[in-house]
Amino acid sequence: MARIFKFGDGISTDAIIPGRYNVTTDPVALGKACFIEARPDFATSVQPGDVIVGGRNFGCGSSREHAPMAIKAAGIQAVVARSFARIFYRNAINIGLPVIQCDAIYDAVADADPVSIDVHSGRIDVSGKMFQGETPGPVAVAIMEAGTLIDLIKTRGWAAIEEVS
Amino acid sequence: MGTLTEEIFSRRLGRPVHAGEIVVAPVDYAMAHDVTGPLAIEAFRKLEVPLWDPERVIMVFDHILPANTVASAGLHKIVRDFADEFGVTHVFQEGICHQLMVEKGFIRPGGIVVGADSHSTTYGALGCFSAGFGSTDIAVTFATGKTWFRVPETIRINLRGALPPGIFPKDLALKVIRLLGAEGANYLAVEWGGEAVEAMRVDERLTLANLTVDFGGKAGLCEPDEQTRLYLGDADVVDLHPVQPEYRQLLEVDAETLEPQIACPPAIDNVQDLSAVEGTRLDEVFVGSCANGRIEDLAIVADYFRGRQVHSRTRTIVVPASKAIYMEALARGYIQTFMEAGALVMNAGCGPCLGRQHGVLGPGERALSTSNRNYAGRMGSAQAEIYLANPAVAAASALAGMIADPRSIAHSENPPPRPSPARGEGDIPVGGVN
Repeated sequence: MARIFKFGDGISTDAIIPGRYNVTTDPVALGKACFIEARPDFATSVQPGDVIVGGRNFGCGSSREHAPMAIKAAGIQAVVARSFARIFYRNAINIGLPVIQCDAIYDAVADADPVSIDVHSGRIDVSGKMFQGETPGPVAVAIMEAGTLIDLIKTRGWAAIEEVS
Repeated sequence: MGTLTEEIFSRRLGRPVHAGEIVVAPVDYAMAHDVTGPLAIEAFRKLEVPLWDPERVIMVFDHILPANTVASAGLHKIVRDFADEFGVTHVFQEGICHQLMVEKGFIRPGGIVVGADSHSTTYGALGCFSAGFGSTDIAVTFATGKTWFRVPETIRINLRGALPPGIFPKDLALKVIRLLGAEGANYLAVEWGGEAVEAMRVDERLTLANLTVDFGGKAGLCEPDEQTRLYLGDADVVDLHPVQPEYRQLLEVDAETLEPQIACPPAIDNVQDLSAVEGTRLDEVFVGSCANGRIEDLAIVADYFRGRQVHSRTRTIVVPASKAIYMEALARGYIQTFMEAGALVMNAGCGPCLGRQHGVLGPGERALSTSNRNYAGRMGSAQAEIYLANPAVAAASALAGMIADPRSIAHSENPPPRPSPARGEGDIPVGGVN
């Protein structure tokens, strides 16, 4: 059963992957350094499919795409947060890391709670307590359906976004 | 019609564009640097298409310069090989990307520019819509010359009155962050206006636009005016103003009563008046960054350092934002002043701001910086503390070895004269405010 890793407000990209660890483009190396100082046991304890629940302004700060890459490579299935910083949110969608905005879940769950999540519908089940994430925008949906932004643009070009705008 | 953002997008797309719309728009330039560039290049290569325009892709080595490890040298090689293969000619290793984008003439009022760095908001100081993106978005722009935007609603911030002596744009920006919080402008554009902004030189406006992303802003815009014309040395600056704008929020801030503002660890919105933290002992002072590494900032610091010594316990690091600034500082004698005062002067670039070079903080150390980020771990150890302040506070604190009020220290010169406002009062639109 997937578990929750719970974080607070204002988790910055510096906390997710400090600057001196993003001197690589290798996702595996980035995954090993995920939260290396903010939560040193994170990368070694995440099991594939686990979920991060964050507070407000998750992913604030630098535009480094290494941050969602590190979270994804560490094995995290999705990040649920009360709110996301704009660039992190867009980066996560672009590389195929599901990000779900949901305010109600935050105070109702604890670290290590078992969780199941449907990243397409945004339904989150925590020990029978159900939460509904907010519906992503049309461009985010189009990218998620394609897998990544690169997949979307490569197969369909800008028309894919122009037709949902 | 509309906000500066709506005006810019409407002109670019040749039709009325309103906040909330999703648009695919062509951009003037796309920038990436030595950390975000390699990921952008890898993503671009997956698209298997030619580069959109080698003349409009900008690559800057600034975050780790020169390379300090084998790993960072490898990143640089990825960028150099890409530039060689695709004929990218705008490759720089002479300062911070944002300063170079402005100095090298890539930024025009009314333009649209994207950068693979969050502080790409900086160019809004010239009335350009510019925003930070991740590497994958920039890769798609490298391939197509376009990106998609959800045209943002706008917060209008009017900074009223004149800045008192010893108070700087950094203090105004931190005060706004104190009022709005770290995500106060998330997904939104910010317009900076009011008498204090009209009276500012462009270098000062660059500080405001730069810090806009640090309270979430997608873009931070100033109206182009006579100051913009002076700065660009070009009479042909586009006429660009908000026209019957509808703002999401209007914030009025009184510049005249402002005290020096300090962002305290561990968050940008943990802002206090200087008096609350005076006397805090410091291991490091950093003067530089895309927020406050320009010649006018160095002039302020030189004025305090002249004939004095920085405190022996406080390593003081000065990093000009660009080679041009460095050489101007040399010509004006500032570099000699810094070195005589005991400061370390490093090559132009990002310096210690992001914790990878030139003054990494150890556990339990405490720094005061003129930069724009104070998250735990930003400049080194997650057990280090970072305070953010204006250049005068940084200078006074380096001399004292602790956070100090510059207004209590005599300095040898006045800061550069402040030009008179370029535009008259009463032309700040307040109608249609939600």
